[in-house]
Formats: sequence, C-alpha cells, structure tokens
Amino acid sequence: MTTVSLVPVAVVLPLIGFLVNGLAGRLLKREALIGAIGSATVGAGFIIGCLLLRELLSLPADHRTFGVTLYSWIAAGGLHTSVAYQVDPLSVTMLLIVTGVGFLIHLYAIGYMHGDPGFWRFFAYLNLFVFAMLNLVMADNFLLLFLGWEGVGLCSYLLIGFWYNRTFESGTTGDAAKKAFIVNRVGDFGFLIGMFLIFSTFGSLQFQTVFGLAERMPVGAPVIVAITLALFIGATGKSAQIPLFVWLPDAMAGPTPVSALIHAATMVTAGVYMVARCSLLYALAPVSLHVVAAVGACTALLAATIGLVQNDIKKVLAYSTISQLGYMFLALGVGAFSAALFHVMTHAFFKALLFLGAGAVIHAMHDEQNIQKMGGLKSVMPVTYWTFVAGAVAIAGIFPFSGFFSKDEILWQAFAGGHWVLWLMGLAGAGLTAFYMFRLVTLTFDGETRWTHGVHPHEAPKIMTVPLMALAALSVVGGIAGIPASLGGGNAMEHWLEPVFQPAMDRLGAHAGHGEATEYLLMAVSLGVALSGIFLARYWYLKRNDIPASLSTAFPRGYTLLMRKYYVDEIYDAVIVRPVARGSEKLLWRIVDVGIIDWSVNAIARITGVIGRTMRLVQTGVTQSYAFIFVLGVVAILGWILAH
Amino acid sequence: MNIPVTPGDLLAIGPISVMFAGALVVLLAESIFRNGEAWNRWLALAGFLAAGTVAFLNTGWSGVAFGGTVATGGFANYCAIVYASAGALSVLLSTDYLRKTGIAFGEYYALLMIAVLGMMLMGAALDLVVFFLGLETMSIAFYVLAAFARSQGTSNESGLKYFLLGAFATGFLLYGIALVYGTTGTTSIPLIRDKAPSLIGTPVFTIGLALILIGLLFKIAAVPFHMWAPDVYEGAPTPVSGFMATGGKAAAFAAFLVLFRPEVLGGEKGLRDVIAVVAAASMIFGNVVAIAQSSIKRMLAYSSIAHAGYILVGVVAANATGANGVLFYLMAYTVMNIGAFGVLAMVENGAGENLHFEDYAGLSAQAPVLSLMMALFMFSLAGVPPFAGFFGKYYVFAGAIQAGYTWLAIVGVLMSVVSAYYYLRLVVMMYFTAASASPRRVGKSSAGLLALGIAVAALVYLGLFPSTIIDVTSRFF
Amino acid sequence: MSVPLPYYLGLSAVLFAIGVIGVLTRRNVIVVFMSIELMLNSVNLTLVAYSSFLGDVSGQALVFFVMAVAAAEAAVGLALVIALFRNKQTVNIDQINILKW
Repeated sequence: MTTVSLVPVAVVLPLIGFLVNGLAGRLLKREALIGAIGSATVGAGFIIGCLLLRELLSLPADHRTFGVTLYSWIAAGGLHTSVAYQVDPLSVTMLLIVTGVGFLIHLYAIGYMHGDPGFWRFFAYLNLFVFAMLNLVMADNFLLLFLGWEGVGLCSYLLIGFWYNRTFESGTTGDAAKKAFIVNRVGDFGFLIGMFLIFSTFGSLQFQTVFGLAERMPVGAPVIVAITLALFIGATGKSAQIPLFVWLPDAMAGPTPVSALIHAATMVTAGVYMVARCSLLYALAPVSLHVVAAVGACTALLAATIGLVQNDIKKVLAYSTISQLGYMFLALGVGAFSAALFHVMTHAFFKALLFLGAGAVIHAMHDEQNIQKMGGLKSVMPVTYWTFVAGAVAIAGIFPFSGFFSKDEILWQAFAGGHWVLWLMGLAGAGLTAFYMFRLVTLTFDGETRWTHGVHPHEAPKIMTVPLMALAALSVVGGIAGIPASLGGGNAMEHWLEPVFQPAMDRLGAHAGHGEATEYLLMAVSLGVALSGIFLARYWYLKRNDIPASLSTAFPRGYTLLMRKYYVDEIYDAVIVRPVARGSEKLLWRIVDVGIIDWSVNAIARITGVIGRTMRLVQTGVTQSYAFIFVLGVVAILGWILAH
Repeated sequence: MNIPVTPGDLLAIGPISVMFAGALVVLLAESIFRNGEAWNRWLALAGFLAAGTVAFLNTGWSGVAFGGTVATGGFANYCAIVYASAGALSVLLSTDYLRKTGIAFGEYYALLMIAVLGMMLMGAALDLVVFFLGLETMSIAFYVLAAFARSQGTSNESGLKYFLLGAFATGFLLYGIALVYGTTGTTSIPLIRDKAPSLIGTPVFTIGLALILIGLLFKIAAVPFHMWAPDVYEGAPTPVSGFMATGGKAAAFAAFLVLFRPEVLGGEKGLRDVIAVVAAASMIFGNVVAIAQSSIKRMLAYSSIAHAGYILVGVVAANATGANGVLFYLMAYTVMNIGAFGVLAMVENGAGENLHFEDYAGLSAQAPVLSLMMALFMFSLAGVPPFAGFFGKYYVFAGAIQAGYTWLAIVGVLMSVVSAYYYLRLVVMMYFTAASASPRRVGKSSAGLLALGIAVAALVYLGLFPSTIIDVTSRFF
Repeated sequence: MSVPLPYYLGLSAVLFAIGVIGVLTRRNVIVVFMSIELMLNSVNLTLVAYSSFLGDVSGQALVFFVMAVAAAEAAVGLALVIALFRNKQTVNIDQINILKW
C-alpha cells in the first residue's frame, strides 16, 4: 500500500518548514513567502491525510491498520522501540483534524501576524508544533507519543511567551508560559509513571503489543487501574481538566492563532486522544473510567460557570474550551469513545472558528479584549459576525449544527449507560454554554457601541475571512459525519472508528436498551435547555441589561467567587507554590544547612567539653561542619548495615 | 604478586599511554616555548583527540594488561572516550576564559590531561591499587585546578575546601580498601567479586565495602557527602567546574559499575538499600535547594547533586538496563553540563560577574545563538525529550522499575518535574524578560562556540539515535 | 612471640578515630591536614598488619603507593595553604567561609 508510505512525508514536511523558516526566515524577509512555506507544509499533510482516508475506506473494516517503521530507535536492554507510525482510522482522523484546521489557521495567521517583527519566528514555532503534534497522534508506541507530547508542550510554551515584552494580567507573558509548562510537567509526571508501569508490566511500549497482551488481563487488575489513572493524570495536565486546568486561561497570553490552534483545536485534545488510544486499558479498569467521567463532568460544569462572568473575550473562550474538553472526557468515561472523538472534531471546527473570530475582533479593536468595551460590531464586521454566530450556534448545540450531534451523542450515551447524574451535569453545562456564548455574542456584536474614543473597527482582510468562512461551513455541516440512526443517519463516525474501539467495547458490554422515544425526548430536552440559554442571554444583555447587574449586586459573594475562578489559582499559590518556595529557601537552605548543622556541631562541642576539660571547646568552621556531616553519614550508613 | 610488564601492555592501554605522554609533552612545551600557553592548548586538544580516537578504534574488543590489573578495550575505552570528550570540550571552552581572567598559564592544560589520565585509570582499574592511584591522580589535579585562579579568594577557598574534604574522604576510602583486602586476601577486583558471595554477612567485609562506597559517594557529590560540591563548583574557574562536575562524576560512576557489580550488590541488600536512600536524598535535596539559588553557577552545582542521584538510581537497579542507563547518562550529562558551564564561562566577565539569573535578562536578543544553545542545555538537563538527557533518565528509571525499586523511580520522576522549575527560570530570563538597562558584554570566542555547537549536536544526536551508544554499552554487561 | 592481628587492627582503628576527631575539632588548617595524615597512616598500619598476617605482599605494596600519594597531597595541600594565606592572612579554618549556602 503506497499511500501509507507517505505518512512520514506528512509528518516531516512541517519539520522542514520549521527548519527553513527558523534558519533562513530572517533572510527570507517576505512575509508572503514565509507564510506560504509555513502553510503549504501543513496543507500537504492534509492532502496526504485525504489520500489515506480514501485508501482506508476502500478496504474492509478489519484491514485498516498499517504500520510504517522509519528506524529502530532503541533496541537494547529489553527495550525495543522504533520511530514508527501507525495508520488506522483513529490516527487518520486526528491527522485530518490537525492538518486541516491547522492549515486554515496558518492561512489566517498570515493576515493576523502581518507586520510583526517576529513573523518568521512565529511560523517556525507553529510548524514545529504541527510536527510534534503529528508525532503525537501518528506514533505507534508510547515513547514516540510522549516525544510529541513534550514537543507540543514545548511549542506551546514558546508561543504563549511569544510577545514577551507585553504584560499579561498581574505578570508577564513569560510567567504565563512558565505556568503552562510547569503545570504540564506535573501532568507529565503521571504520564511517565504510567509509561514505566506499562513497560514493567508488558515489557513493551508498542501499542499493538501492549494492547495484545492486555486483552488477556482480567477486568479490574490493580496494575491496569494504576496505569490508567497515572496516564489520566497526564491527560488532565495536557487537556486542562480538574485539577490541572489553571494553565489554559493564562495561555491566552499568546497570539490568537496560537490559542485557536494549540489551546482549542489540537494540543488540548491530546489527552482525549491518548485515553481513546488506550481505550482497551480503560475498559479493563472500570474504576478509572468512573474517575475519567466524574472529572470530565465536573470540569464541564465548573468551567462553564466561570465562563458566565468573564469579560475578556478570549477568557470566555478559554473556559468554554475547558468545559468542552470536560464533555469529551465525560464521553470517554461512559465508554462512548467514538462520541468523544466526534466531539473532538466538531469542537476543533467551531472553537477554532470562535477563536479566529475573536482574533479578528481584537485586531479590529486595536488589541482591546474586554467585551464590555465592544458592542455594535455587527454592522462593521458582517463576515466576522455571521461566522461567529455560526460557531456560537454550533457550540450551543442547536439542531442541525455540528455541535448538536456531537454533544447530544455524549449526553445520550451518558444517559443510556445509566449515569443520570453525569447526564444532568452535562445538560446543565449545555445550558450554561448556550448562555455564556450568546452573552459573548450579544455584548460583542449587538447593542450600543461602547468603544473607547479613537477606535475605528474594520472588517478583517480576505486572508483572515476566508478561513473563517471555511470553518463556519464546517461548523454548520460537520455534524453529518455522526448523525445518529434515530435521526435517519448512518453514524458514519462511529462505524469508521469501530475497528479501533471494538476490543474495548466488547469488554464494556452493551448498554441496557432504551427506546428511540427516549432518545427523541432527551434531544428535545437538551435542545430546549440550549434554546432557553440563548433566549435568556439575548433578553438579559440586549433588552434588560439591568438584570445581570442587579444579580451581581444581589449575590456579591457568588459573583466574586466566579469572577475569581473559585480562587483555584490563589489556593494553589497558597498551598503549593509559596510553601515550596519558602520551604526551599528557609528550611532546607538556611535551617538545615546552616542551622541544624551548626547547632549539632555546637552540641558535639559541648559534649566533648563535658567529657574532657583538657580538650578546648570546638570552634566550628564551615569546612568542618561539612566534615561533620560526612562523619554523620558514615555513622548512619555503617549503623544501618550492621543493624541488618 | 608478580606482574610482568611488556611493551605490548603499554600499547594495550593505548588511551592511557597517549594521555600520559601528552601530559609530559605539554609540561615540557611550557618550559621550552616562551608562549607555552598558546602551544599547549593545541597540544592538549590534539592529545585528547588522539586518546579519544585510540579508544574509539579499540572499543570492539576487551582484554586485560599488566597481569590483569588493568582492563583494556570495551568498557574502559568507552569511559576513556567520555573523559577525553570532556577534556577536549573543556580545552576549547577554557582558552578565552583563561585569557579574560588573567590566568592563562600552560600548566592548566597539563593538569587537565593529568586529571583525565587519572579518570581513565579509574575506569580501567581491575585492582584496588590501580583504582586508588587513578582516583588520587584525578583528585590532586582537581585540587590544583579548582584553586587555579591564584589571586582570587574564592578560587583559593574552593581548592582548599576540596582538598581538605577530599583527603578526608580518601582516608575512609583507603580504610575500606584495607578492610576488603584483609578479609579477601587480595586487591584484585575480579577475585574480590568471586569471593564476595561467600563473605556476605561478614561484618568487616561489608564495612569495608561500605567505606569504599562512601569514598565514591563523596566523589559524585551524593547526599550526605555532597557538602563540598556547591562551594567548590562556585569558587572554581567556570570551565573547571564544568569539567569536574562531569569528568570527575563519570570516573567515579565507572568505578561504581566495576566494583558494585550485581554479584556484589545483589547479595548485599543492606548496601543496595543504602544507595537507594542516598539516591533519593540526593535527588530531593539537590533539586529543592537549587530552586532557592540566585547564582546560576551555584544552581548548576546543586543540580549536579541531583543528577548524581538520578545516575545512582541506575546503579541501584543493578541490572543491564540500569547499567546501560548509567553509561548513557554519563555521556549525555557530560555534553549537556559542560555545555551549560561553557555558556556561563562565555557570558561571565573577567571579574567573575554576570553569573546570576538577572544578568541573563533578555540575553536572547543580544546573543541569540548562545541563548538558544543554553536553552537546549537546560531542556536537556530538565529531561525534556528528544534531547539526550531524557533518555538517560528513561533508562535508569526503567532499570529501577525492572529491579523492583518503583518507589525510587517515582521519586526520580517527581523530582525531575521539580527541576523544570529552575531550569526554565533561566530560559524565561533569556527569552521572556526585557534586558536590563546596563549592557553586558558577552564573550565571542569562536573556539568556545565550536565546543558548544559540538555539544548541542551531540545532545540532539544522542536523543534521536540513543541506540548508537546503547548498542555499544550493552556488550559490556 | 607475635602480637595477634586484632591488636593491630584495634590500634589502627583508634588512630583512625583520633584522626577523624582531629579533623573535626582543630582550627588550624595545617593541624587538620596532619590529622588527615594520621588517618592515612592508621590505614597503612592496617594494611601492613593484614599483609603480614596473610603472608601476601600486595598490601605492603599498596602502603608504598599510599605514602607516595600522601606526599603528593602534602605538596599540593601546603601550596594551597600558602596561596590562601597570601590572600587572606589566615590559616584559621573557620575564617575561610566566603563560599556558603
């Protein structure tokens, strides 16, 4: 099969783009050329992805998995890992999402970053990101996946801090970048532990080998539970779930195309992809699945409530992203793996669209991000407005836009699996989503203009609006891929991914049957909730904007709680960051090194003085306190050994 | 004890002979030529390259020389390559530094070569006498190198502290050798290994081993025998610190692998647990205290304590994966840490300033290449793939898990997360912080940049093709 | 009549301990260094005793190496002390503490 051998080309092209732009970008000078190189390398990947899709579809469902080995990476000491890619429906889906949405965002960025002195640097980083992301989704083993995992984190770090001379909230963009990296490292800790456990349990890191061996394990084996929970810690870091979601809102310090590509459409879904890839392991550990579902549902609801009151246009979208990622984990947790992937896809469309639209608005408003200072942009920026509304309707889950099908599939699966509490949380979140999205739309585009004096908004250039329109079209019709059987569709997405998730689904068993009537009822309910959310937002912010104000004065505590994002950052700072820093500074460094050592040397001195008065009192010096510690170490080690 | 010595033996220990001859030539050149320093740097570089090449050509086989007291080829030569690279990189990074700090004396290079000679002897030793000689040859050269900036109080102090504590540690090490000799009746390491299983449970033998262990733990700066390291590394001339932190550590770890083979360590559960606890303590202490530092040089010193802890994890594992990991880690650590100290040496001015975090604010705008390389060294030290540092950690932790020391691997992974905090702090300073008002002058040494470029290339290469090393090292165990 | 081995070992252990205590307690760098020499020599005694007891000569060979190394260390050590004294006018070990924390 020759198309499969093109996979390495698709992966490596962005790397070439990175090298060309990174090394020669300063000399190339012409923005059009740099942008064209950056976009074309990603676009080529999309074309290869389409060829792969056609090729796989022409084959029977059971024969859609291929491997491409580039070279043997490590082959010693019981470890055999290759730089190898796996082509199957799951990885091809991700390839298409990453390169397709990525290509549009690259195009958009040509317009958005116009005139920036770091133009070439930006495209170099962006291409490096795509390269790392493709390694992540195409890898056929955990190690290469981890390489991509760290690589996207690194690029995210570089791009969040891209405008390092700007301040961001209380700190600098550099602080935001560092926060993102370190929180992600905490997650990586879990991932690494999981990976080591996999290696020590199965003796391999290759997906096929590991899953092949895992098939023989009993359901609920403790080691599988440990592995899946450890991996999930990694996923909570990368995909911004409770408790590690705090970095994503700060990541908005980066340029808007970065927020769209990395912090909405692709990188943050890496955790979802990874859990889906390990679906068999999770199916063997029902406890872990419950944890995944609970964390997802809680995140979906919590982030949505925070999104209600934010005034920064990108912050609202950031919390919305966290919330939508929560839905994906909820889907994974209830065993609806293909529904999760479906939502990954539709979310990539509409959230990238919303971010790019927000970018166009920010651009037009001269870097103003506060929606309280916008309003009335509808007439000035019609294309942006209509595409933005398309995205908002899609995310709110209105029939027949894409978000309706994917979100509804998740809620239905949760309900059908008997998790009605999770379903209720998801439903409440859906209502909140519709509300805060239309609050955003209304405050930004409708009503009176509240611009600061001297701002003259204008529609974005073609290079920016064309990607917006393309994404809007996808957001509207993207749901076709997963129209459920009850609505006369074939649920193509589910059938397409079936070969990948079949082993896991076999273990989970079939859900108790609910009739189609129930399904229609639930659809109606969620549609109703979404519509009332939209209606409420339009009514409050268009007609009666005294209500939100009076609400916030009536419940000041609640409002502040939401405004300050439940004080999570403050709590982390007080409970973890500051004590560690202080402990390091005061305790270990001063007290242990200086205090305890000197003290114990003095104590020894006193004892010696008591024993033999002929011996003069010891004058302690630093070098001798070192020697003293040395002797203590010797005594401790010898004592330990003789005791055993 | 009858050791026949033939000319063939001198050929068999090729790298050591080359190093020895080279050191003599350099000393001679210093007294003959008026401008000895200028000659010596090239002579020393040629010597390291020659020794490294000789070692490289002979890694394929292994044997013994001098009546079985010295190992040749294989493992010994792999170690020799690591030391010779450390030496060669240090020479390239030193020339400019010595000139700007006014200590450009030719003996410096002779001392570097003598230190490497000692390291090679340690790596090749199959007899406790040879091991002791190698250790002391290296250490005495280090004492002088640390104090090489004669007129600087900090350098004096660094040398003296290292000397006093080093000699003190030597006393314990020797006592250990004496006790092991007394209980086994031999100083030959292979014979000791053979007799070890029958001596398990003999307190004097175990105490002897423990004392040797303590001597080595001192050399690698593991907690609680680490106290000297921050002071010495901070006070010594910067390229010397890099050299000592990498070469010295690598030599001690090579001795670890020779002395504490699985047959010795496997029986001595108590000893193994001691090393595990020491490793954990080093990782925790080194990383946590490094956070509190304001001087980058001192931060790197504490981080070297932490790295000693990581590498010890591979020793504790006492299996092939762990041992391969140790050898890989040593190579990776050598290039990345010498690189980091090398950047420090180039940014530092003649008066020993510009070593603090705030001095690096906005460096990326002023010196983009240097900043990029420093950032890569930091990422590699933090263990971010695909750089070499990640695979070092990966192997040692995987080895520990195979050996059942899962808790140790967890501590290690957790601590490498902590380490990201202070390594990243420097990257943030260089890239995401505006430059301070007073401009600093950054050295432009082409030799130094060449060395750093080689280090970066090695870092990336080892990360992408770790098998090139592992394929070689896995034949040793 | 020969003195039994444990007597030698006991004596050298005591000497070693005296050396360690000397290192820990004396202020003068030179005296600290002499204490270290005492530790090395107590080890030599152990080696010679074992060597004689085992009828094996390699222990005594090691003693010669130790003595040679100790001489080299003494040369380097005294040079370091002189260099330091030129800068600080002190050989008092607790005043040598610029580098700390």
